[in-house]
Amino acid sequence: MSDLQTPAGAPGAASDDAPSTATAAANASSAGAGGRSFLPKSTLLRHLLVLALCAVLAVLLLEGTERSTNDQISRIAFYAIAAGGLTLLTGLNGQISLGHGALMAVGAYTTALMLDVDGDPLPLAVIFLVAVAVTAVVGAIVGVAAARLHGPYLAGATLALAVGVPGLTLYFSDTLGGEQGINVRAPRAPDWFVEGIEALSGERGQGTKWLAYIAVACLLISYFLLANLMRSRIGRTWRAVRDQEVAAELAGISLGSWRVLAFVVSAAAAGLAGGVLAIVVRLTAPGSFLPVLSLSLLTAIVIGGLGSLFGALLGSVLLVLLPEWARDFGLEVLDMESAQASQAAFVIYGLLLVATMLFAPAGLVGTVRLALLRRRAARAMSRAGGG
Amino acid sequence: MAEPHGSTASGHGLPAASGPAGSGTGTATALLDVQGLSASYGPVRALDGVSLRAESGRITAVLGANGAGKTTLLRTISGLVRPTAGHVVLDGEDITRAPVEAMVHKGMAHVPEGRGVIAELTVDENLRVGSLFRGKVGREEFDRVYDLFPRIAERRDNPAHTLSGGERQMLVVGRALLARPRILLLDEPSLGLAPRIVAQIFGLVRQLVDSEGLSVLLVEQNARSALSVADTGVVLNLGRVVVTDDARTLAADEDLRHAYLGF
Amino acid sequence: MEEFLSLTLGGVVNGSVYAAFALALVLIWRSTRIVNFAQGSMAAATTFIAVAVIDSGQSYWVGLIVALLAGLVMGALIERVIIRPVEGGPELNAVIVTLGLFIAIQGAVALFAGVNQRAFVPPFSNIGYEVREGFTLLSLSPNTIWTVAAVVVTMLLLIALFRFTRLGLAMRASAFGQEVARLLGVRVGRMLTLGWALAAAVGALAGLLIAGDVSFISPTFMDQLIVFGFVAAVLGGLDSPIGAVVGGLLLGLALNYVRGYLDDSLLGMASLVILVIVLLVRPGGLFSTTPARRA
Repeated sequence: MSDLQTPAGAPGAASDDAPSTATAAANASSAGAGGRSFLPKSTLLRHLLVLALCAVLAVLLLEGTERSTNDQISRIAFYAIAAGGLTLLTGLNGQISLGHGALMAVGAYTTALMLDVDGDPLPLAVIFLVAVAVTAVVGAIVGVAAARLHGPYLAGATLALAVGVPGLTLYFSDTLGGEQGINVRAPRAPDWFVEGIEALSGERGQGTKWLAYIAVACLLISYFLLANLMRSRIGRTWRAVRDQEVAAELAGISLGSWRVLAFVVSAAAAGLAGGVLAIVVRLTAPGSFLPVLSLSLLTAIVIGGLGSLFGALLGSVLLVLLPEWARDFGLEVLDMESAQASQAAFVIYGLLLVATMLFAPAGLVGTVRLALLRRRAARAMSRAGGG
Repeated sequence: MAEPHGSTASGHGLPAASGPAGSGTGTATALLDVQGLSASYGPVRALDGVSLRAESGRITAVLGANGAGKTTLLRTISGLVRPTAGHVVLDGEDITRAPVEAMVHKGMAHVPEGRGVIAELTVDENLRVGSLFRGKVGREEFDRVYDLFPRIAERRDNPAHTLSGGERQMLVVGRALLARPRILLLDEPSLGLAPRIVAQIFGLVRQLVDSEGLSVLLVEQNARSALSVADTGVVLNLGRVVVTDDARTLAADEDLRHAYLGF
Repeated sequence: MEEFLSLTLGGVVNGSVYAAFALALVLIWRSTRIVNFAQGSMAAATTFIAVAVIDSGQSYWVGLIVALLAGLVMGALIERVIIRPVEGGPELNAVIVTLGLFIAIQGAVALFAGVNQRAFVPPFSNIGYEVREGFTLLSLSPNTIWTVAAVVVTMLLLIALFRFTRLGLAMRASAFGQEVARLLGVRVGRMLTLGWALAAAVGALAGLLIAGDVSFISPTFMDQLIVFGFVAAVLGGLDSPIGAVVGGLLLGLALNYVRGYLDDSLLGMASLVILVIVLLVRPGGLFSTTPARRA
């Protein structure tokens, strides 16, 4: 990595070196899996097992914590869903997007509009599916343009998307509510849920709790799907498109369509995240979808480790908790206004983003994985040497 | 090129630093003394303990096949690649760790492979960049370069990317001369040029060496042409020196020519 | 017709600011192959610094000078400390680093100055001249004249620097041929630092000019401008200062027609559409003579 200090130095000396590239977490992930005898061999079975385990953990977590924590978990969930989609796009397929906040807006407004009807709205699952489909279509359009761009050009174009979309909500203010946005009628909890929670922990299973369950369910389902996709042949092809452009093209892989597909899948996740955001926050307004939202998502996946779903989840936890810590600190220690104090979180995000790129481009998960791999390799070497 | 430029004082101050006498064939003291130089690109070792000497007023040709380490050798000497071992001594001063930007101040001009013109600048601007480090330089020095290479004089206000391969080579040699070097490192000047142009450029280099006492370290794959103009030849293979000898002796050694020089 | 004239003039005024901002991006791109997405936040920061100076009782002009100096220092520091390690590395890493700076600087501005909008008083009147009885040309005011003049003078100074000085030649050599320039004894590192410093100062100027034009500022007020500057720079080929100026003017005109005939809220989308069309049809920019660069 020290070779990065001399840009005009040895050609290709550092850029091929795995730890120096941002996507090392994605590279290491496939190597890190497997080799654990107590887990089933089949990827699908293993993921199902993890899914069931996580579901149980989630119920314990939601029932063992207070309302305010339930709400935090809901917010972590929608960030994590969007970040999961983004980490697939950026980590696995090497396409950066600063427009995922705008894609979330598409999902959120779709959800808000479909809930805002006279009489009973459609079932929430249907609404979310529509939100996902609409966002996926928008993602496909963006993806077709994006497939031909790279690096800074793609970053600039998607940033323009992030800046442009909030303006549309003002232009179509009759339907989209303008600056004030749309107040979302959050769905009511069904009776079976209320009774079930009553029986489980004796608490009221309405409002925040119901929404938290929806958010966590969406998170688990989307991560299950994304994890299977990333480990499948499709995921491997995406990686090949990222790392071996020429070889992939020679192998008859159409780079463009694979890039578009990655964008569509990633946008679909952002659409679901937007839907969850709409019901959790109970408001969709342009102020919620400023470019800084897109940049926050990028922060989450880079700090967590590009290409890793677990990293995306960790980063999302940070996105929710850090502003609250910063606000508390500002309020109590620095005697600031709360809105102003929570801005300290952005200073920290930004610096963390820079520091991650400079010192540990593989992010949290990637760096730990690389360290483990290195240790394992060293142990294997010494064993081979000794025997 | 009346007086050598750079820190000549230190050259006299440190006579002991020139190290043990190398295995070179020359009898004069070496202007450039490369001692046991090694360098790697990641895990690939490109230079493995290379030693050679380039003497004042002579042309030393470094020969060898593609991938023998010739270009890496020049890049390591001028500091573009950091050596893993060994020393580079210029006129008694150890310059192994000196920054690239300082080399030209010490009297070493490196003309990199692939013409090294700055395509976006005009011919005249390219020449001016070559003399920037010296402060204000009289117009007559530029005119001298243009006299040496009338073909680029005609095109002095054109962007350098409009030049032909031969013209580019003339431009970069001319630009290096504006730095008033004591030693010129030339990397594959014949690459992709017509034999007539190669002969013209080599002839000019020889003339400068003979008339001005310039010394040249020439890296070439085109061994036949290089040996015809050089005084000494150094044959590299896989990052090591195979043989160092008088240029004419090398050109006459049929086995060596077949094994390493391809003619 | 009168509306068209007014919109066109306004387009030139806005376009000149976009041009200055695009120029700042181009200066950095051609020397380090990095698009500085933090440019907007940096300009917002220097604008707030100028406002703090003006609030303390100094004149606009003292504030302007302090902002330019702050830009110089900030640009140099950022290049030296943060950008240098990622120069020449994987392009995604450099992009992410500038985005990190984008967030951090914007957050820092909000932390110190608050998240709310506040008024900004331009140095000259923003009231349009009445060109003839009953027709006031809104976009021709003392302040818009100052805006255009400031940009034109900056351009001329930069052209003079690059064309006629040894320092400018060294900077261009460093930008176009890093390795060759180093071999020729040019201190390339210093030139790159200087390039970032100059670019940040030009960005600082653009920030103050746009603040005077819209008469309010907030920590995010440059978010749109970074996109407009980028689009303008890409229109001009991202490599060419002249292209950036022409691209800025063209974008200014196009967006002002959108503003006038459609709506203010569509500016971002319009710039996206223009950007995508240019990138897909002429990735090398409108005036590229060299073979098309892959976007």
